[in-house]
Order: sequence, then structure tokens, then C-alpha cells
Amino acid sequence: MFKVPTLLGSDPTLKNPKTKTMAKFSIAIVFTSISLLIALTHSFSIEKPTDRRILVLLDDLALKSSHSIFFNSLQARGFELDFKLSDDPKIALQRYGQHLYDGLVLFTPTTERFGGSLDVAAILDFVDSGKDLIVAADASASDLIRNIAAECGVDFDEDPSAVVIDHGSYAVSGSEGDHTLIAADDFIQSDVLLGSTIIKAPVLFKGIGHSLNPANSLVLKVLSASPSAYSANPKSKLSTPPSLTGSSISLVSVVQARNNARVVFSGSLDLFSNKFFKSPVQKAGSSNKYAKSGNEQFVTELSKWVFHERGHLKAVNVRHHRVGETDEPAIYRINDDLQYSVEIYEWSGSSWEPYIANDVQIQFYMMSPYVLKTMSTNKKGLYHASFKVPDVYGVFQFKVEYQRLGYTSLSLAKQIPVRPFRHNEYERFIPTAFPYYGASFSTMAAFFIFSFVYLYSK
Amino acid sequence: MAVPVDHLTKQTPASSTLRLAFGNVLAFFILLLIGVLAFSIRLFSVIKYESVIHEFDPYFNYRVTQFLTKNGIYDFWNWFDDRTWYPLGRVIGGTVYPGLTLTAGTIWKVLQSFNIPLSVETVCVFTAPVFSAFAAWATYLLTKEVKGTGAGLTAAVLLAMVPSYISRSVAGSYDNEAVAIFALIFTFYLYVKTLNTGSLFYATLNSISYFYMVCSWGGYTFIINLIPMHVLLCIVTGRYSSRLYIAYAPLVVLGTLLAALVPVVGFNAVMTSEHFASFLVFIVIHVVALAYYIKGILSPKMFKVAATLVVSVGLVICCAVVAVLVAVVASSPTKGWSGRSLSLLDPTYASKYIPIIASVSEHQPPTWPSYFMDLNVLAFLVPAGIIACFAPLSDASSFVILYLVMSVYFSGVMVRLMLVLAPAACIMSGIALSEAFDVLTRSIKFYISNLSESLQIDAGDSVPANNVSPQNEVLKNEKKEDTLKERPSRKNKKKEKENIEKPSVKSKTEKRPLVLPVEASFFALFLTVLLGGFYVVHSVWAAAEAYSAPSIVLTSHSHDGLHVFDDFREAYAWLSHNTEVDDKVASWWDYGYQTTAMANRTVIVDNNTWNNTHIATVGTAMSSPEKAAWEIFNSLDVKYVLVVFGGLVGYPSDDINKFLWMVRIGGGVFPHIKEPDYLRDGQYRIDSQATPTMLNSLMYKLSYFRFVETDGGKGYDRVRRTEIGKKHFKLTHFEEVFTTHHWMVRIYKLKPQRNRIRGKAKKSKSAKNQNPEIGHSLSKRSTGSWLTESGWSYGFG
Repeated sequence: MFKVPTLLGSDPTLKNPKTKTMAKFSIAIVFTSISLLIALTHSFSIEKPTDRRILVLLDDLALKSSHSIFFNSLQARGFELDFKLSDDPKIALQRYGQHLYDGLVLFTPTTERFGGSLDVAAILDFVDSGKDLIVAADASASDLIRNIAAECGVDFDEDPSAVVIDHGSYAVSGSEGDHTLIAADDFIQSDVLLGSTIIKAPVLFKGIGHSLNPANSLVLKVLSASPSAYSANPKSKLSTPPSLTGSSISLVSVVQARNNARVVFSGSLDLFSNKFFKSPVQKAGSSNKYAKSGNEQFVTELSKWVFHERGHLKAVNVRHHRVGETDEPAIYRINDDLQYSVEIYEWSGSSWEPYIANDVQIQFYMMSPYVLKTMSTNKKGLYHASFKVPDVYGVFQFKVEYQRLGYTSLSLAKQIPVRPFRHNEYERFIPTAFPYYGASFSTMAAFFIFSFVYLYSK
Repeated sequence: MAVPVDHLTKQTPASSTLRLAFGNVLAFFILLLIGVLAFSIRLFSVIKYESVIHEFDPYFNYRVTQFLTKNGIYDFWNWFDDRTWYPLGRVIGGTVYPGLTLTAGTIWKVLQSFNIPLSVETVCVFTAPVFSAFAAWATYLLTKEVKGTGAGLTAAVLLAMVPSYISRSVAGSYDNEAVAIFALIFTFYLYVKTLNTGSLFYATLNSISYFYMVCSWGGYTFIINLIPMHVLLCIVTGRYSSRLYIAYAPLVVLGTLLAALVPVVGFNAVMTSEHFASFLVFIVIHVVALAYYIKGILSPKMFKVAATLVVSVGLVICCAVVAVLVAVVASSPTKGWSGRSLSLLDPTYASKYIPIIASVSEHQPPTWPSYFMDLNVLAFLVPAGIIACFAPLSDASSFVILYLVMSVYFSGVMVRLMLVLAPAACIMSGIALSEAFDVLTRSIKFYISNLSESLQIDAGDSVPANNVSPQNEVLKNEKKEDTLKERPSRKNKKKEKENIEKPSVKSKTEKRPLVLPVEASFFALFLTVLLGGFYVVHSVWAAAEAYSAPSIVLTSHSHDGLHVFDDFREAYAWLSHNTEVDDKVASWWDYGYQTTAMANRTVIVDNNTWNNTHIATVGTAMSSPEKAAWEIFNSLDVKYVLVVFGGLVGYPSDDINKFLWMVRIGGGVFPHIKEPDYLRDGQYRIDSQATPTMLNSLMYKLSYFRFVETDGGKGYDRVRRTEIGKKHFKLTHFEEVFTTHHWMVRIYKLKPQRNRIRGKAKKSKSAKNQNPEIGHSLSKRSTGSWLTESGWSYGFG
């Protein structure tokens, strides 16, 4: 009905034709550079969710060699690692609005300030745009690291000198009396996070602990401390009860943000080190002695998860139609029989594999689910259900809300109106009403005969 | 004005026919001019503003008409609209009175078939003025049936420009009332015509006209209650005749059948209390008819015996029927009456029990000045008209009196129903004025003829014709009345007796017509014309100034010229250009129709207030703090929230002034919203004395967000005439996306859920501005030369 003369007319900055062409020109430049960037690098995309380019920030270049096993395993899996010192002035996560990296590894527990344009806001923005992050803290973690963690829902122990001490399940070999080297084996029970092979050997941990808000549904404890652990300064005498105690201490946690960005927080940088990877481990009070700690397996499996090599789902080909038809209607009628199908695939790191589960449910939803049905699957990724549209008209939604531990959340909603019967879709004659039909038609006939007799008799 | 043409003195039969023909031609042209007047007086809105649809409901009707012209009548009938009342939707075809839409659609179709390429909007804009011309003609017909051509013409010209009717039928006011008033008057005309003639043809026409009325407006219940009431009145006063039976019985049978065909009425035509009166009277009239029939065939003595029998049996039946009715009615929760009808009977009902009805300003009782504003001199002429109707009292005039009395009562209950009173007042005033002119001109004529007679006596020619002349006229009148009533009496012999009785009574009373002194006559004539002049001046003023504003575009005059506030259309245009097609926009229900029609976006609630709970949900959200409101809106998939704010320019009917109704309606369904929480010592205020609940409510925040920036830190609200209570605050769950030039419409977007959940550790300093501030760019935007940039162009096709 209304026509606004020009769309750009309402923007005062683009009134001048000269600035307009300038703007167009710069837009063109940006577009070409973006397309070049896309062409030059295998970037993270919806079709290939695995990260490719990873920026590794280090406190000290020595870490590159002391943690080489971890980095090599990443490179062997095809990641391009870009090592930089944390105070390198050229650090930048994005250029021209385009992210340069798909993942970020922060092995910088002591850095108070990053070089270049990187700060807490930039890192959080990186996460909020769907990119992944590994953060390793250590005994003397800086406020910067603590802030990043707090913004993601991970609270490191506020006492800067506190570390996790466990007199119950320390690692025997590294014992120097203060029991800060812990052999932790309280893993999260999840195949998608830690792989299907069970990690037998305990994981060596030496660092600070953190706590999670139980109400926060986005963070998960991957590695918890044992019930006998507590967080305190090992050098000073314990005067007040420690704030973090027992299995509520989390040693390693993961965050999956609402946009499916994944973050790993570890209280120990040494967890990733070659030394811990290779060292034998024996848990105090246990006779089992392992030649190699569980660190390598744990870290490798966790890095597979955090860089989207596992547990990344996609739903495609959402279809719905009436039973016996193939075309998707724009509107359904009440009491229609319909079929809904969706294909769900999981990314394996190199290809999309059918996702097989028996708990994917479809909702036919209008303010509350009118139909809630578990979909059956053909084991090849196709999930389908057929049901009757309820006897209620309104604007419904096909909803699939699939949230499982470790998997990216699937949230599909498709709006579809449901209309009542048309005027000519009702039954023309109802059997129960036959007495009434009979009554009215016989009255009509009787009236006609009566009129005829009255008017023409005699 | 309209001179009673019939009453001109005639000497010979030949010249009298000539005069009659001349009078008819004159009347025809007067009617034509009245039609032109009725049409053109309603064009002020188009001339002063532009050719747009007005207000709120007309936008819905316009949208429905567009759908009808695009998709045809069957799709219209079955239209399920998924863009309103999300997510419930609305079955438009079954919940709308289709009369207006079908009328305009038909007009458009006909024009198209003549290759006249008018747009649907133009047709809609001009439907109301065209139908007010029809209404004026219908008034002429009705009044003519009651009191003759002169009164008819006077009433028609009064109705053509009665302000009450103008307020509802200016060009652009495309609402049901526009055609319904015509249908109402025409139905009454056909009823009176049937009553006068006893013709079954007119009775059938009457039913069809009633059907059109049912199609057009919910006010048809006024007809189906008024006519039975009149029938009952006639029976009680011993005026039962077969004409009455013919006028009533077919209307009930055919009318009810036809009314049930309208989807929105359906079984209501036989199920609800509003219609019961007609059925009750239907039974009564049959009992009476039977009684009269038996009286005709029996001897008086036998009749007495039969009468007692019939009366006792009739009483028993009546009691049984009444008992059944009472039982049926009492079993329904609202006692069978809809809320709006109950508020007609008990004016305090709505404000006590149904805030949603009481919240509408046109459902309030009118004030005394509004009677003067809407009826002007008619208010004084009506009593004279009633007196004129009593001399002599006929079936028709008693009907008009009853119509007037009932409509006066109803207009006192609800200001909207002033519209029903207006035709009655016009008819009464027309009769009064016409009678007054009649008497006054007759006196003058008498004087003139006396004068000429004396001149003739001087000339020596003594013909005593002039004394006779008034009597002649009366005789002629009588004759006319006789011919008028002869036709039915020929059909029904029994009635003849009473017909003869009546004129004889009349002729006795009118044998000596009132003759006033000539000076008084001239003076009175002058005064009457002056009165009429005042009425014309007032009506033109009302049409031009008071009732022509489209309320979608506002203007204000100030010392530096005319200001135009086109904020509503600016906001709706923004919505339609900058949001997704399926986005849902929440606002108070007043703006629902406009949002769907102009912005083409899905709304949660709209002016068709059929679901109180849904409206209460929106009211609760508006009354809740930000977080709770966000949750409510998010559960309804709302993307944008629209509020109307008049504090900057002093536009009084904004959402802050309507806010208490949101609280009341919300609290009616969700008891955690309590009205006293929003009032400080019973007073509604938004200044520093306001309650914390008020200052934290979403409506306050969305209205006054960044308001303090407009006048350098004071935050002075020009509607409430006070400084606002809480000046500096931030929004956490909503973000401002658009504010119109005069801040009259503000649109907010719901922020998405946070991507991460923050830990409980201390807030970091650097994470405070994650959400880019949009205020800056906005204020820059509104300083641009706005009027020149967005000149609206209207498509006519």
C-alpha cells in the first residue's frame, strides 16, 4: 500500500551520491577480499564444521617444544597451527570483519595483557561467533584468564595462590609431600566427549581448581576431583576452611554455548605437556600402576570434541506432507493425516555419517505440544513420524528440540497453519438428524396440500 | 426548506393534478440535492487530509475487502487468517459481519466490469458517504409513510447532515455502521410500509432488508427487539389488525431463517436471549389472531365463553413457554446474554465485570455536551415531534415514537449508540419542523387570501372560497388517507369498520385548523429558519473540524504553522520494510488491525477482542518487569514490541494512559498483577512518587527509554505534565530498533537469549559493552530533514 521513494533515502549518511559510490566501492573490495579468503583457506563452514586454522598463543616459546606431542597430534589430524607469543603486537582474530581462525588455544596462564587488538571482549566475541577455544590456566593464573573463564561460567578459585591438593588420590610417583600432583580418574560418562574407548589410566593434573554453577546448563564437568580434594595454598597453613572442596571441584570443564561454540577450560597447563603424557602413573592407595598416564588419550579425545570432529549434528531435508501426497502444503486442515520426516547426520571429522538414535521426538506445537511423538528411523539418518493433526485450528509449529549431552543442540521449528473445515467439507446429511429432516419436509408437503385444498376446493 | 407541497391550495381538480405532479418533480429534485449534500458534506476528510482509511476497525474491513476482491467470495467465507491472534489464528469468514465487505466488493466488481479502474481503497473510502445518501432517502421514505412528503423531505435533509451520523460516515470511515444505518432505516421503512399497506410483497422485502442489516452490523438485535415491542404495543392498545400480522409474522419466520444463514450469527438467531422477545411476541400475535378470528365467527355471547377458555389455555401455554425459556436461559453461565448486551441493560455491568468492554471509550455512557454536539437543535425539536406524532396517533407514528424512546435509552448507555438515536431524532425533528411550517405558512396564506378576498370584495366579487380553503385541504387529505387504506380493506372486510372510524375521528379534530396571527407567524417562521440555519452551520463545522480527522495522521496548529504527525504510518512502513514476513509484533490490541493491514506483520492481539485470555497475556507482559515480560513474549514467538508514546508531542491517547487498562485486564486473568501496586495512594502517576512496580514495568521502560535525552536531562512528559520518575535506565532484554520522528511509535526488538551463561565471579570490566549501542545512530537519524525525505505516495491501483 505504501511506497517509500527510496530505501536508502532514510539513511542520512548515504544521501550524497558521491559517498554512495564510495560505499559501493568499499563494499566491493570487502566482498572480493572475503571471497579470496574463502577460496584460499579451508574455513569452518556449515558443511564442514571441523576447525582448520588454529591460533595458538603461548607465554613462552619453550612451551612449543614441551607440549609438542599435543601440537603434533593436532597437526597430524590436519589442523594448521599458527604459533604466536601472547605479547606479539600483530595478533588479530579478525580482519575486515572476517575471522582469520576457526579455533584458539590459550596456553598463556600468566599473561595479563595480549598484544595487538586481542582482549577479553575480542575473545568472547570470537566464541559468540561460533568459534572454539581451549584455555589452560595454571597455579598463577592471571586475571585475564579468570575473566574469560568467568564470562563463560567457569569460576576459578579466587585465591591466587591456591592449588588443588588431594591427600587421598595423589599420584605416587610425583609425590614431594604436598600432594598437588593429582591422579584424577573421575571422568564424565559420555562417549561423545571422551570417545568410545574407556580411559583406563588416571589423568595427571597439577594446577588450580574451579567451580561451576549447577544452574548453568551450558557447562559440564569433564574431569572432577576426588571427594578428598580441596583447594588451598600448599605452602601456608590452613587457617580457614577452603572454599572449594571435594568432588565439587572441577579440574577440566567444557562449555558448549548456545550457538554451539565449544570451549575447554583446564586448571592445569601441564595436563597437555609431553612430560605428563609420557610419565607413568600410580594413584595413591591403588596397586594398579600404569606405564603411561591417561593424559594423551584424554586430551586427544577432548580436542576432537572441542574442534567439532565429534558430536556435531545437522538436520536437513525437513519434509512434511499429507499421507498419500508428496507436495508440501501451505496449510493443513484439522484431522488431516500427515507425515513428517527429517534427516539427521553427524560429522565424523571428514564426512557426514547418519546419526542413529531412538529418542528423537517431533512436537506439533501451539503454545504447548499437541502431539509429541518419538520418530522412527531407518538407521540411515532418516527420521519420520506420521500423525493426525489435532482437532484444533491455529498456527502450529513442527518442532524438533534435540539436546543431548555433548552433541550440538538441534532446534528446528517450522510454522504451519491449521485451518478448520471449509463450508463444503462438512457432511451434507447427518444420520442422527433424519427425524428432523422428515419433520420439516413432511410439514412442507402438508402445507402445500393444505393450501391447494383450501384454495381450490369448492 | 422543504415546503409541504401537498398542502398548497388548489382550486380545480386539473390544476391540483398539475400541482401534484409539479410537487413530485420538485420533491424528486430536492431528494437528489439531499443525496448530493449527504455525500459532499462527508468529503471534508478527503479534502483536508487525503483519501485514506481512518481509525482502527476500518483498516481491518479494508484488509478483508482486499482479500475478497482478490480471492473471491468462497475463499473469503472460509478464510482462516494466520496473521492475527498468533498462534490461535482467527476464522475471519465465520466471525465477521460480511455486509459491508460484500457491499464494497460488489461496488468494486461492478465498477471494474464497466472498466472504471478505481482501486479497492478508493471504493472503501467512499462507501460510507454514498450510503449516507441512501440513508437520507430511506429516512424520506420512512417519514413519508408516517407523516407525508413534507415531513419526509425535512427529515431527510436533517439526517443528511446530522453530526452524530457524520462522525461515523465521513469518507474513509469504512466501518459497519456506514451501511448499517441505511439498512436499519430502510428496514423500518419497509416495516411501516407493510403496516400501512398490509402487502405481503413489502413484508418479504422487509425480511430481505433485515437480512442485509444482519449481514452488516451486530446492531440488528435492536430491530429484532424493537419491532416485537411495537407489535406488542399495538396489540395491547387494541390496534391489532391483519396488517400488523402480515408485517410481523413473515419477518420473524423469514428473517430468522435468513439471519441464521449469516455465519457469524448462525444458531445464535434462535439460541440467544436477544432473539427471544421476537419469538414470544410471535406466539402472542398468533394467540391474538386466533382470538380475533373466533370473535368473528362466533356470536358475542359465545365469544365470551370462548374467550375465557382461550385466555386460560393461552395463559397456561404462555406460562409453560416462559418456564422453559427461563430454565434454558438460567442454565447458561451468562444467563444467555452476551456481555455487550448486558451492559446495555445495566450500564454499570461492563465496568464492574468486563474491563475489556469498559476500556473502549465508545462503550462509555455519553456526557450531556455530547448530545448537544451530536444532535444540536434536534434535541429541542424532538419533543415537538413527539407531540405531532400523537396528533393523530397511527400505527406508523406510534412506531416512530417507540423507536425514539428506545434509542434515547440506549444512547444513554453507550455513546456509540448515539448513532441509532440520530435517525429517530431526525425523523421527529423533521415532523416537528414540517408541522410548524405547515401551521405557519397556512396562517400566512390565510392572511394573504383574506387580503385578496377583501380586495375582491372591494371589486364587488364576493366568493366565499377562502374560508373553505383550509377545509378543502383537510378533505383532500382525508380522501388521500382513504384511498391509501382502501386497498387492504378491500382484501379484508372485517377491518373496514375501524378504518372508517379513524378518519372520522381525525376529521373532527382537524376541522378547525390552527391559525396564528400573521405577525407571530412571520416571526416564528423567521425563528424556525434561523434554528435551521444554526443547525446547518453547526453540522458543517462538525463535519469539517470535529469529525474529519483520520486519526492515523494527526495535525496540530501552532504559532509557526501546521504540524503533521505521520508517525503511525512511518512506523508501520518501517516494520514492513525492515522485518521478516513471519515476524510477530506485539502491541496493545488497539494497534493490531493497523499492524496487519499496513505493516503486513503477524500480531498477537487485535481489535477483534474475542479472546480475553490472550489480551490479558499481553497486558500482563506489559505490566511485568523486563525479564518476565521477555519470557512471556518469547513464549509467543514475539520478535518486536510496539508501543505508542505521546509524552514528547503531547498526544494523549498513548499507551501510558491506557496502561491501567492493561493492568486491569491482565490482572483479571493473572492475579499476580494487582492494580494497587501501580497506584500511589489510589493515584496513577509516573513521576518520582510512582510505585517501584510502575517504574519497573515494561510499559514504563519502553515508553521512557532514552526519553531524558530529548530535553537535556529533565524528562518532562507533556501529556502527564510532569517530570518522569525514573530517568536513566538501561534495557537488558529489549533493544530499541526504531523510534519515529515525533517519538509517537517506538519499536523494540527482543534480544536473543545470551549465548553464554556468566559465572558468579566478579563482573569483568571489559565485558560491559557487548551489545552495540544503537541510540547514537538513532538520534542522528531523527535529526535529518524528515518530512522531505519520506513524502508518502499513494498507489491507486
